[in-house]
Amino acid sequence: MTKSLDVPPKGGFSFDLCRRNDMLEKKGLKAPTYLKTGTTIVGLVFKDGIILGADTRATEGPIVADKNCEKIHYMAPNIYCCGAGTAADTEAVTDMVSSQLQLHRYHTGRESRVVTALTLLKRHLFNYQGHVSAALVLGGVDITGPHLHTIYPHGSTDTLPFATMGSGSLAAMSVFESKYQENLTREQGVKLVVEAICAGIFNDLGSGSNVDVCVITKGNKEYLRNHLTPNPRTFVNPKGFTFSKKTEVLSTKIIPLKEKVEVIEGDAMEE
Amino acid sequence: MDQVDFNAPHSMGTTIIGVTYNGGVVLGADSRTSTGVYVANRASDKITKLTDNVYVCRSGSAADSQVVSDYVRYFLHQHTIQLGQPATVKVAANLVRLLAYNNKNNLQTGLIVGGWDKYEGGQIYGVPLGGTIVQQPFAIGGSGSSYLYGFFDQAWKEGMTQDEAEELVKKAVSLAIARDGASGGVVRTVIINSEGVTRNFYPGDQLPIWHDELESHNSLLDILGAPEPMNI
Repeated sequence: MTKSLDVPPKGGFSFDLCRRNDMLEKKGLKAPTYLKTGTTIVGLVFKDGIILGADTRATEGPIVADKNCEKIHYMAPNIYCCGAGTAADTEAVTDMVSSQLQLHRYHTGRESRVVTALTLLKRHLFNYQGHVSAALVLGGVDITGPHLHTIYPHGSTDTLPFATMGSGSLAAMSVFESKYQENLTREQGVKLVVEAICAGIFNDLGSGSNVDVCVITKGNKEYLRNHLTPNPRTFVNPKGFTFSKKTEVLSTKIIPLKEKVEVIEGDAMEE
Repeated sequence: MDQVDFNAPHSMGTTIIGVTYNGGVVLGADSRTSTGVYVANRASDKITKLTDNVYVCRSGSAADSQVVSDYVRYFLHQHTIQLGQPATVKVAANLVRLLAYNNKNNLQTGLIVGGWDKYEGGQIYGVPLGGTIVQQPFAIGGSGSSYLYGFFDQAWKEGMTQDEAEELVKKAVSLAIARDGASGGVVRTVIINSEGVTRNFYPGDQLPIWHDELESHNSLLDILGAPEPMNI
């Protein structure tokens, strides 16, 4: 009788579940589709800077996976980026470029410029030849002024005074094409952006829920999360939620961490 | 009805033209960038600067042509610093050609390089899909160029003045826009000569009207008049 040797587990990937997935697929189970943000995202240039807008619905095929997701991503204190397409791709690519911008800021000692973010994003997306499915509206105000760009999954970019992307972009663009003018005030700009996103929310099945707005001006930014909520839950249980098993607190102990760095006034270095 | 596919590669249907005249070159292009049947940008600028004296007209895949012109701009910048004087149009065109030829399996972009230098004056080089480089007195490219071969055979002549050349380019782009669905928007021209570079912009209402075209209006209400009020 031969006994099979017990081989110790090696490092690296374990592909055990691949056989199980293949077997399940053959039995007729459909693999879950990746989470797409159906989306309406917009941006426009107004008198003092940039206004970005986005809806908040994330879809998994025909199902709404997240009713209130955040599609306006932080890139730098003066630059924000709206993302449409595969949610994982937009999150990952904006996070990655945001870190690269921070390192660049430490390196140069200056505020990040929108064209820097633009070039980093377009190079990454071009290198992946469109397989990173991220369509972005990048906007910000830097030392050279306000800038608004669209970036497509294959890596091409456009510079425009007003832009829309995502499945609801046609609905939103129709609003912009009729009503956009140069040198709008902040109120007019926000109103137009909200109108464009609402056009996407109500006329496109891939977009819905609430409107997020972000206003960026020289030296200042306002992230208006859920600026408008035109789709509240119609039937809410008046009892609310009660979680039955409460976790009992037995004792509390708070330990303050040590101070991180002590800055000591020293003498200047001498040669 | 076609569903708009936002993951479709962003292509510039395009009409691009480059023409030499007695003193320099005139480059011209339309301004439409399409994603499938949706016009993603109706006012794009397809004439990109490589150096102060050399510009390139881009057609085909928007991403590929932007990346190629970015790399060539970078190489030319280095080359200018090393050389100590402005780069020649021939060098610029050859850099474009080297990128286009050596990456021919992965790129889909046709380019027209045009500029002025003190050695050879105004020159136009066509770098179409496979990466050939051809110096020509005039070059046309993009999907709209199919409609212009006959027009140029008849209308082109040697030794035009700057105004004649610009009129020719403007007329040609506008003819192509009239017949090619993938070209549209405005006509942009760039004139490069010993004195420098002049950019011009011609919106739709300044272009001539061709066979069966209607006059442009700002609003449909101008043609239709005010609608009748509804009666309940």
